Amino acid sequence: MSAIAPPATAPVTTRQAARKQHAPGARRRLVGKILVSALGIVAAVVWVFPVYWMVLSAFTPAAYLRRSTPEFLPMHATWSNFSRVMTGDSFLSALRMSLAITLLTLVVVLAFAFLAALAISRWRFRGRKSFILAVLFIQMLPAEGLFIAQYKMLSSANLLNSVIGVSVLYVAAIIPFTVWMLRGFVAGVPAELEEAAMVDGLSRTQAFLRITFPLLAPGLVASGVYAFLQAWNEFTVALVALPSETSQTLPIWLRSFLAASANRGVDWGQVMAASTLIAIPVIVFFLFVQGRMTSGLVSGAVKG
Amino acid sequence: MSQNAALGVPAGAPAARRPGTAPAPVVRRRRTPASPYVLLVPAVVALLLGLGYPVYWQIVTSLQEYGLAQQFGQPPTFIGLDNFARIFSEDALWAVVARSVAFCLVNAGLTVLIGLGFALLMRAVGTTIRIVLQVSLLLAWAMPMVAAVTVFKWLFDYRTGVVNWFLVQVGFAGMDGFSWLSQPLTFFLVATLVIVWMSVPFVALSLYAGLTSVPEEVLEASRIDGASGAQQLWHILLPMVRPVLSIVLLLQIIWDLRVFAQIRLLQDAGAPVSETNLLGNFIYELGISRQDFGGAAAVSIFVLLLTIVLSWPYVRSLLKEDA
Repeated sequence: MSAIAPPATAPVTTRQAARKQHAPGARRRLVGKILVSALGIVAAVVWVFPVYWMVLSAFTPAAYLRRSTPEFLPMHATWSNFSRVMTGDSFLSALRMSLAITLLTLVVVLAFAFLAALAISRWRFRGRKSFILAVLFIQMLPAEGLFIAQYKMLSSANLLNSVIGVSVLYVAAIIPFTVWMLRGFVAGVPAELEEAAMVDGLSRTQAFLRITFPLLAPGLVASGVYAFLQAWNEFTVALVALPSETSQTLPIWLRSFLAASANRGVDWGQVMAASTLIAIPVIVFFLFVQGRMTSGLVSGAVKG
Repeated sequence: MSQNAALGVPAGAPAARRPGTAPAPVVRRRRTPASPYVLLVPAVVALLLGLGYPVYWQIVTSLQEYGLAQQFGQPPTFIGLDNFARIFSEDALWAVVARSVAFCLVNAGLTVLIGLGFALLMRAVGTTIRIVLQVSLLLAWAMPMVAAVTVFKWLFDYRTGVVNWFLVQVGFAGMDGFSWLSQPLTFFLVATLVIVWMSVPFVALSLYAGLTSVPEEVLEASRIDGASGAQQLWHILLPMVRPVLSIVLLLQIIWDLRVFAQIRLLQDAGAPVSETNLLGNFIYELGISRQDFGGAAAVSIFVLLLTIVLSWPYVRSLLKEDA
């Protein structure tokens, strides 16, 4: 180390000296820094603008949204768009439907995926690798290539427009990535911890429940949020499998709400309030798991 | 990344022992235990039911005469590859295929380029502005797809949309009342904007994570050797994020090939459907609207095969890695 240190510091001092001598260079670097910062701010503003515009419009009375000059700040904020959306029957029934499907899917996915993750990370067995590869490969299957078959399947089982029918399809679609996420968490808890507890006299089940399970809780929460977001946001399968107007989920409801209002000139204030209502839980939950999702997508689901 | 390190831990062997069942320990250790299979059953059943059976049905139906008559009880008859021959001889399909591939490549390319730009920008700016950028990206990423498309419809609304207002303000008076979604070219421009807007955050944040793993000493050393910013980008930064870059590009291509919902939602505003359909929408038209299940299944199989071909390099690299 000491042999390397002097040459490493030397250039810094010469550079400092150079900076004193060549002030124009330093000034150019400062100008560059300012330009880059300005570019960063512009990019951030451009990217966040649609979200801002949605929320702002949701709080703006319809009369102001129809004016020829838009207002970019909340000058006339009102709750009326929200209250009108929420008092409509169709919103509440869609909310109930979305909650029922999402919660059922969430519970089943977590239970099934957790068991599977346990199997593939705690045992080596014949067929393990095939299962892992199947799970990865299924994530590549385009839902858009399957929805006709899924529609036919549900219609012949009399499960169109039902919570159970859609949940079956969601569970299958969401399990692969959830298994993958949980597998990482289970593998992260060393089996030796459990063994030590068993040496201390706990049964295998007790050891698992008292030692391993609490350590897996964050993983279960993260994958649960992921499953929630997937089911809450899903559009294509819901569009096909819930054709009745009385059994819509929130995304499908938003679409028909927009279409219905289009006939008499779209009431954008209400539509944006409705969009905001659907987006809020997603944005809140998403901020919890996004780190896991980036690393999960790139290193887990993607890289293996 | 930490997850990856965890995956390397050989966790299997010790846990497979079951001290609860005492006798004949030697035999027990050799035999593959039944437990993992039991644990897998629920997930496997769910996958077979929700995806396996539909894939099977899709394949069988693509080989059958399955139209309106069959909907009303007539048993479907096997006709071999006739559905494929019929569908693929339609010019309409090839127009859709060409449009989908072009749309996919343009969107994936733009997304990765802009994402890379964001990642480099996040590297270059100070902490405060970087956090502002990250929050903006996260908000866009977290937007539910349906809400995002709806917002873009509002932005591009021909009467009261803020985009037309803005264009008029900067001097394009002809844009007053311009209807973006009613003609194919501008329709796809808006569709591209929505999709790129939604997809860039994932690419940008992944690439940024990759960029931060480039050791600062390497860059410092190259600076001392007189490397310009462009040279550093080309010879150090890009080669080091290349693995992430190729993964996100592949994923974007796969995802953008199956765009359905965004197009469907934008079409509601009165777009010419036949000129704006992509593959997913074409399948939907054939199946749900025209009740030509045989034809729809044939196109679906085509899309499935196309996806498999595209994702093959990735799956193969997985086969090598995951021992």
